[in-house]
Amino acid sequence: MITQVVSTAVVALGRNVTRSLLTMLGIVIGIAAVITMMEIGNGASKQIASSISNMGSNMLLIFPQALSTAGVSVGSGTGITLTSQDCDAIIRECPSVRAATPVVRGTSVQAIHGALNWSPGRVESGSEEYFDVNEWSFEDGEAFTARDVAASATVCVIGQTIVDNLFTGNEPVVGSRIRLNNVLFTVTGVLSPKGANLMGMDQNDLIVVPWTTMRNRLARGGGTAGTSSSSASYARGDVYAIDAVDFYPARDATQTANYLMPIRFNNVNSIMCAAVSSDRIQEAIEEITELLRARHRIPEGGESDFEIRDMSELLTVLTSTSTLMTSLLLIVALISLVVGGVGIMNIMLVSVTERTREIGLRMAVGARGRDILLQFLVESLLLCLAGGILGILAGRFTSIIISSLKNWPVSPSIGAILLSVIVSAVIGIGFGFYPAWRASRLNPIDALHYE
Amino acid sequence: MAALLELDHLVKTYHLPGGIDVPVLKGVSLRVEKGDMVALMGASGSGKSTLMNILGFLDTPTSGTYRFDGRDVSRLSEDERADVRSARIGFVFQSFNLLARTSALQNVLMPLEYHRGARLSRAEGRERARQLLETLGLEGRLDHTPAQLSGGQQQRVAIARSLINGPDILFADEPTGNLDSVTTVEILEMFQRLNAEQGITIVLVTHDAEVCDYAKRTIHIRDGLVVPDKPSA
Repeated sequence: MITQVVSTAVVALGRNVTRSLLTMLGIVIGIAAVITMMEIGNGASKQIASSISNMGSNMLLIFPQALSTAGVSVGSGTGITLTSQDCDAIIRECPSVRAATPVVRGTSVQAIHGALNWSPGRVESGSEEYFDVNEWSFEDGEAFTARDVAASATVCVIGQTIVDNLFTGNEPVVGSRIRLNNVLFTVTGVLSPKGANLMGMDQNDLIVVPWTTMRNRLARGGGTAGTSSSSASYARGDVYAIDAVDFYPARDATQTANYLMPIRFNNVNSIMCAAVSSDRIQEAIEEITELLRARHRIPEGGESDFEIRDMSELLTVLTSTSTLMTSLLLIVALISLVVGGVGIMNIMLVSVTERTREIGLRMAVGARGRDILLQFLVESLLLCLAGGILGILAGRFTSIIISSLKNWPVSPSIGAILLSVIVSAVIGIGFGFYPAWRASRLNPIDALHYE
Repeated sequence: MAALLELDHLVKTYHLPGGIDVPVLKGVSLRVEKGDMVALMGASGSGKSTLMNILGFLDTPTSGTYRFDGRDVSRLSEDERADVRSARIGFVFQSFNLLARTSALQNVLMPLEYHRGARLSRAEGRERARQLLETLGLEGRLDHTPAQLSGGQQQRVAIARSLINGPDILFADEPTGNLDSVTTVEILEMFQRLNAEQGITIVLVTHDAEVCDYAKRTIHIRDGLVVPDKPSA
């Protein structure tokens, strides 16, 4: 029965091949546009997602709880409860965390190289995983190593702005030595330029040193948080006369800077983690919370001595961008498909009019109204499905061409293909219904004598 | 012989927009026996085509009764009429009404698509269509499209098509209206043969007195009424 109807429809369409093909063209173009748009759009939103995650949407920041002394809060992140071992444990035991690095708060430094000097916007610290956490690649050279971190080695990675301001001409940058507050550092790598961040700050105006080096050699006051630069400005001798007596010759600036601090607290100011992907951020937060509460021996119901912050604003941007993208594409797709569908309806109406006598004849030899309805529906369905399949091929082809010509990212989507098949079938039935219904309502007597 | 068709005071009135009623058949009573060959004759506008449409289940009467093979069929629904047409009735039209760009064989096979009785397999259907076309003298032209056939050949394809479902009765509406005199005789003789050899009841609708000579009986229609019957010579 069905094969009979389908073969009748194929024969009927075959009687007017050119017109059938031209009718299909509307659907072909519509579906091809949908497929191309979906694939390019998919690629684009993947790229947007990755560039947003470049800005740190996957990032989680763990701070110690605020400390207060005699009722006076010293501000967030002033506790000394986080350690680098916490960071190691997070890397080891949290599957949703891709990378993590301890961070010791920086201090302001003056960078000097040859005759040039520059005050970097930021001096950051971290482990060798810092660059992975921040999804930052290298223009030249490489990251410092785990060994450098363990040894508090005087090595650093610098941003493009630092290179521009400290180096002239074609001087080799990697391997050269720069002075930061009179400590000599070897440059191991140059970060690839990133542009301004969301706040408009130049992200390339940056020096990254191992967190151990930061704690032991650059930041004054050792590992204790909140005492970074104050000890440098206020010596006890300024206040008490007793210290005016010098038992030893005073250290000069170089000696002071190179002198390893004798007291080493083990704490770090914060831990920076990157989740495996933006949709696993919540999992990562839960894993880290559980782990750190266990490590810090916080009883059930007790208040955590740390807090975890995520980049929820960036995440909102991420999701709203991709939602906007998808709905825009859907609107465009809808319009082109509706145009194609109207084309189908138009041609089917012409076809019904043109074949009025055939319809009359078919009714005279025993076709019921619903047989005629079914036949025309199947015809328009076939037109649309064939157009849909051609459109999918054309769309794939176009997006491959575009991606190879323009180097745009394209990501093929099975969803789009399924959707187009369904949509073309719906269009076939939807727009084919009115002409088919008209055909089925014809009066056989009038239809037989239609001129 | 039993009556195949029996009309009793059949009335057909067309309701035109604007409330105007046009009576076309004003109380037709007639009988057609099984195996008869009748010519339905009348001038144009006499109502003979309307009568044929009702007899052929294409239309319904406004009032009166129509008995087909002993069953009252005056009030059948559209779908029921379609089924009767498919199973028991064949039509031959003045303008052949063949499907363009479609082979003679496919044209003959077309009514099988809608046949709801005992279904023939595809191969059986083709075989039967081929036999019919050969009986009607079209061997060797099975794959010709209507455009490649002469008028007489086209009409023979149309007759084969009307016979494919094995009907009891054949309605031919001016079957020779588009044919020259030689072909006309051929076609009419073919109807006579079908009537004589296969016992198919045939109703020829015509305004041509010559056509009536080939029928066993002529029914004259004038102004929507049957003129009292007289057997043709």
